[in-house]
Amino acid sequence: MAKNIQSLERAAAMLRLLAGGERRLGLSDIASSLGLAKGTAHGILRTLQLEGFVEQDTASGRYQLGAELLRLGNSYLDVHELRARALVWTDDLARSSGESVHLGVLHQHGVLIVHHVFRPDDSRQVLEVGAMQPLHSTALGKVLSAYDPVAHSEVMEAERRSFTGRTVTEADAFESMLDLIRAQGWAADAEETWEGVAAVAAPVHDRRRMPVGAVAVTGAVERVAPGGTLRPELIAAVRDCARAVSRDLGAGRF
Amino acid sequence: MTDAHTTGTHGTGPFIAAIDQGTTSSRCIVFDKDGRIVSVDQKEHEQIFPKPGWVEHDATEIWENVQEVVAGAIVKAGITSADVKAIGITNQRETTLLWDKNTGEPVHNALVWQDTRTDALCKELGRNVGQDRFRRETGLPLASYFAGPKVRWLLDNVEGLRERAERGEILFGTMDSWVIWNLTGGTDGGVHVTDVTNASRTLLMNLHTMAWDDKILSSIGIPAEVLPEIRSSAEVYGNAKGGILDGVPVASALGDQQAALFGQTCFSEGEAKSTYGTGTFMLMNTGGTPVNSYNGLLTTVGYQIGDKPPVYALEGSIAVTGSLVQWMRDQMGLIKSAAEIETLASSVEDNGGAYFVPAFSGLFAPYWRPDARGVITGLTRYVTKAHIARAVLEATAWQTREISDAMTKDSGVELTALKVDGGMTSNNLLMQTLADFLDAPVVRPMVAETTCLGAAYAAGLAVGFWPDTDALRANWRRAAEWTPRMDADTRAREYKSWLKAVERTMGWVEDEES
Repeated sequence: MAKNIQSLERAAAMLRLLAGGERRLGLSDIASSLGLAKGTAHGILRTLQLEGFVEQDTASGRYQLGAELLRLGNSYLDVHELRARALVWTDDLARSSGESVHLGVLHQHGVLIVHHVFRPDDSRQVLEVGAMQPLHSTALGKVLSAYDPVAHSEVMEAERRSFTGRTVTEADAFESMLDLIRAQGWAADAEETWEGVAAVAAPVHDRRRMPVGAVAVTGAVERVAPGGTLRPELIAAVRDCARAVSRDLGAGRF
Repeated sequence: MTDAHTTGTHGTGPFIAAIDQGTTSSRCIVFDKDGRIVSVDQKEHEQIFPKPGWVEHDATEIWENVQEVVAGAIVKAGITSADVKAIGITNQRETTLLWDKNTGEPVHNALVWQDTRTDALCKELGRNVGQDRFRRETGLPLASYFAGPKVRWLLDNVEGLRERAERGEILFGTMDSWVIWNLTGGTDGGVHVTDVTNASRTLLMNLHTMAWDDKILSSIGIPAEVLPEIRSSAEVYGNAKGGILDGVPVASALGDQQAALFGQTCFSEGEAKSTYGTGTFMLMNTGGTPVNSYNGLLTTVGYQIGDKPPVYALEGSIAVTGSLVQWMRDQMGLIKSAAEIETLASSVEDNGGAYFVPAFSGLFAPYWRPDARGVITGLTRYVTKAHIARAVLEATAWQTREISDAMTKDSGVELTALKVDGGMTSNNLLMQTLADFLDAPVVRPMVAETTCLGAAYAAGLAVGFWPDTDALRANWRRAAEWTPRMDADTRAREYKSWLKAVERTMGWVEDEES
């Protein structure tokens, strides 16, 4: 079997990390998410920079995709494509869970709601498409922070405001919460953003296994987490939905 | 297994199976009592184009596909015929077939609704009166879509067919009749029926009596012997004979757009649905009276449940909606996928003064001007491709507004809300624009498959699976609602500009051109 060239593999992994809309990462973020020594990462980045595939912001020192690469053809996932693919699955999730469903993507240091399915009762509800949610306290935001290195660096640098007595703001506690989310494959928000509201979210991946968004079920804490415990069938349903959308986007089974 | 139907909580039944015999494919969907989808199977069939403007289907292939998808859906659901309480049928409308009663063989391919070979015949049938010769009785203009002239064409053009038809050896049907006849045994006692909604698209049924109109039959030249019996949309026509659903009652038939009206539970006068696909079909329930249209709409039967009186509808269609987005993608190359139109259009605040009237093959309802051709107007150097993308979406919304205005003029009923379905409902900007231009809420239901659901609902009502239409309304779930945000002055100004743009499309094609 032919031997692969390791530095090219690493360079490709870096470009994948940086691919997408408004993505800027610091050297240490890049090194740690790829499991590389800082020096190694820096060497590769400098080469990519000389080729025009990567650019460094002079003020912050952060890296982003270079114009050369964009010229070669940048095909990030369109959020409206994401919504179109998610439509049937999110409808079914709302129907089976009896709660409202949101689809969110990382946007300007927060979560942009790109799709919203109403809770299936006859109550008046307002479409929340276009609204922003915080990264550090919502289930959608926590999933993105755990899986998307760009979201991760943004959330660690930003001020993590305390919205309720339950919001986790302290850096170490927040990091270990993200570790847990990565281990279990889903995130929860039990009255950490809004009093009386709980949510469960899971990540959506594209065909390159990049985290492109997250899907969440949100409802009254009494229904979503009766007696303080999240309903397990709700967690399973959210993860099934996220997997189904990922599969429609071309991600393999996992 | 991680498919939706295996993770849901649909329980153990019983169920209703709906067959959708559509223009490009046949599908079968199994629904549970809450109206949720349990399983789906689908198979495409061949589109046959013998000459420009001619479109045919092989009815034998279609019947084989129907049997296959029914078996597929039942197997995927992991159920048996004992779990299925009824079978409902919905179908592509107006597509016309004649077959031999004794052998069950089609005498010719089915002539599809899009087929325009009867254009000249329709002009001839209009005589000195013109397109509206049969409008008072049938609610329809003499146009090549409808089944009656297609039957006449077959009788004139298949050798010896008229004689065989007059001897009573030939049966006519739209695709509902073909599927029901085969399901219930075919040559072995199959029932030859159609429902009021399908019959209302033949140009042969009198809307006021719900019976075949003898005068029109003799004017068009169709022997009554070939005609199916006209029945309601929801009653047991017979039981399936043979196949995986042997013994299950066949209990509904509805044309596809009427099925969507039913699936959207538009059971009250003034309720309307609009289906956004390649083209768009909007239907409004007008209650117990057929409303004559003076604004270019069709009068049609919405549905009839058993021995209850029929419910009528007004129908308006828009030829180019989703296909305009496809045109932007494939012909103009301004976007890479259909969903991207929203991204491009959202990058600007408004249309920048540009308007796009996609009268690619003339203007349809409510204008009916075949001499019109598409225009993009209001261009300045300021206009970018993003403004054009916005104008593309606005074109669909304005055309809906024009149909809705025509419906209000004809019926005197104001639209209170519009229920939407179809692929384009995933376009959030379009749905918001629609609410803004209509000045009415736009509502998307939770089950996107409203056509199959409508057929399932009608069949379920016929066998008592659901007690009444109120129970069906209770199943209806709002997935999203867009409310108008545009101020009245802006709306009025924009509408005026749109109408000016529409004016500029007319008179482009000179008389001698087609």
